[in-house]
Amino acid sequence: MLTFNKYERPGSLEEAWTLNKKKSARLAAGTMWMRMGNGQIGTLIDLCGLGLDQIEETEDAFRIGAMVPLRRLETWEPFVRYTNGAVKEALRHIVGVQFRNGATVGGSIWGRFGFSDVITLFLAMETTVELYCGPEEGTETMTLDDFVQAGQDQPKGAVLTRIIVRKEQATFDYRSVRRTATDFPMLTEAAAKLDNGEWRFAVGARPGIAVRAEMEQGLVTENSMGEIITAMCQNIETGTNMRGSAEYRTHLMGVLLERSIRKLMNKSGEESARCQ
Amino acid sequence: MEIQMKLNGKPVSGHVADDTSLLTFVRDQGCLSVKCGCETSCCGLCTVFLDDVPVLSCSVPAARAQGRNVTTLEGLREEAYDFAGFIADQGADQCGFCNPGTVMNAIALFRENPDPTEEEVREYLAGNLCRCSGYEGQQRGIMRFLEWRKSQ
Repeated sequence: MLTFNKYERPGSLEEAWTLNKKKSARLAAGTMWMRMGNGQIGTLIDLCGLGLDQIEETEDAFRIGAMVPLRRLETWEPFVRYTNGAVKEALRHIVGVQFRNGATVGGSIWGRFGFSDVITLFLAMETTVELYCGPEEGTETMTLDDFVQAGQDQPKGAVLTRIIVRKEQATFDYRSVRRTATDFPMLTEAAAKLDNGEWRFAVGARPGIAVRAEMEQGLVTENSMGEIITAMCQNIETGTNMRGSAEYRTHLMGVLLERSIRKLMNKSGEESARCQ
Repeated sequence: MEIQMKLNGKPVSGHVADDTSLLTFVRDQGCLSVKCGCETSCCGLCTVFLDDVPVLSCSVPAARAQGRNVTTLEGLREEAYDFAGFIADQGADQCGFCNPGTVMNAIALFRENPDPTEEEVREYLAGNLCRCSGYEGQQRGIMRFLEWRKSQ
């Protein structure tokens, strides 16, 4: 249950950053998962007053405010179009509409949750995160991949402000497997086929946090597909938890990767024995 | 801290602890249709509208609703009246505990998408759990209500 002594709603990033320097303070986005923790919070710093709930589309990027609710992202037509519906598919299974009206893009990414559909989706795109690091250092950006690997609550004291997706000539696909509707996923997978022949994949809920694999130009073909999938299944580590065994997850990974590749190659309907 | 908001169209205020949830605040204001069913942000029973958007009031600090419009089922009686009858006609409510949250979220769906398909209904209401039924009665009730509304 979420308990805290003091509620603050800063009016500027600098104020939020300063408040966050206190050890007992916590930044709050949607508070959907945070409310289930048991930590002792002195001051809850609510980021809802900073105007970070806007999505902008520029010529070469989507700039998504950290406080944009998941539901707004999944129903925002320009991004749904850009991702060929992958964003909708990634988010629609997360609990329910009311939950996704509260949960934010920034909170989902800052939490580095292993089960995160959101991180899996964005890792398949050319995504950077924008961080406010105080009045002296100002704003910094880093790739989502580096941010995810930096681990929980790093960089220390920073405020995640935006998620920036650079537009590419690409098509996307997203898949997940759940034991039951709205449950945490047993495995998540996202794929991007770039028009220049490169491919990018992300696999999450392994149950560890999502990882990304990139394939050079021309490497993924109809003939090489089987070998590439087998190699990915060998190289991407999976584990066992109450939702599934490592072995089963690795099997699912192969199935989801093949289905994504076939879909993005327009070769559905000829699945290998792996998918039977 | 002092909180003010519009609850079901009427200004309300109260002095509350900083970490009071919106659920607790609206219940203290007499809106007892709003209940906490799960403590894990997933059952939908505490659904209220925050500026007309359905949210889980158990997971929203009351302070975040400062100066905003909050609507509970108590404020939607007219809009809910016909619809709730169709659910009752199907015998969908057994214990009835989940009903307020389901009705609230169904109203949100009808406002957003006045003519949903069965699949769209199922997906929109996936975050409203019912532990008595298999959801078939609710689904039938909703589809019949929509047919009836079209025929009006």
